[in-house]
Amino acid sequence: MTDSKELKVKEKQEVATPAEQTLEGLVFTPEVDIFETETAITLLADIPGVTPDKLDIDLRDNVLTITGDVDRVDIAGEESLVLEYETGRYFRQFTLSEVIDQNKIDAHLSQGVLRLSLPKVEKATPRRIAINTA
Amino acid sequence: MIYRRFFGLPGFENRNPFSEIENMRRQVDRLYQGFLSPYTRPAAGVFPLINLMESKEDYTLRAELPGVSSEDLDIQATANTLSLSGERKIPEEKRGAKYHRREREPGRFSRVITLPGEINPDKVEAGLVNGVLTVVVPKVEASKPRHISVR
Repeated sequence: MTDSKELKVKEKQEVATPAEQTLEGLVFTPEVDIFETETAITLLADIPGVTPDKLDIDLRDNVLTITGDVDRVDIAGEESLVLEYETGRYFRQFTLSEVIDQNKIDAHLSQGVLRLSLPKVEKATPRRIAINTA
Repeated sequence: MIYRRFFGLPGFENRNPFSEIENMRRQVDRLYQGFLSPYTRPAAGVFPLINLMESKEDYTLRAELPGVSSEDLDIQATANTLSLSGERKIPEEKRGAKYHRREREPGRFSRVITLPGEINPDKVEAGLVNGVLTVVVPKVEASKPRHISVR
């Protein structure tokens, strides 16, 4: 507890999506961590409020698209006093440089964090090349 | 100031005499947008950002806390304040991981929210679902609106 730093307020980043939206509402960029090991690429994204059925992950032509919708909470008889954040859709796209084994993609959503593991196909995993000296 | 703006040296000021008016118009537009949208800029500057709603019976507070588990979250209530504190932990990944993006941040947070009316601290209910915290705070009888019939 002592060595960790204080979290700063970060406003959600609103984005303009490449395609026009059919759904009315705001679109935000989720914050992500992406890291790579020798066998897989793992992506972590903060998408609070997205339920598993409203999350869509799509990978085609090496483009990974993550779309998540947050339902608006409109309860009759409620009046807003403070609105510091807004909800809407989360959208982010990545172009992957590695070849991914599409059948082994694993997505896990817990506490508003998506963990997506994208295993590389066999041939893309680096191999140590032995150098023969004459 | 005005003298310089209108009669200042040519070449140092904007060449277009209407650019100043154009600027002003844009600022006014922005002001109107602000009035129309319900969104209020986070004035407190303290994590996490909150949305506070009021109904006749209670106040509902919502905050986005992705990756914060309920064990790492502490909520305390007094007669008219609610304090949220906790820590967002990001577990260390196994060694050899090379990062392409690292935007998510771990850290501690604590925030006190003063509610506009008196609340019942014993009946506060909190839930953390899909990274969104919802705290329902019932008002005390005295601060609930009462219907007054006119005779």
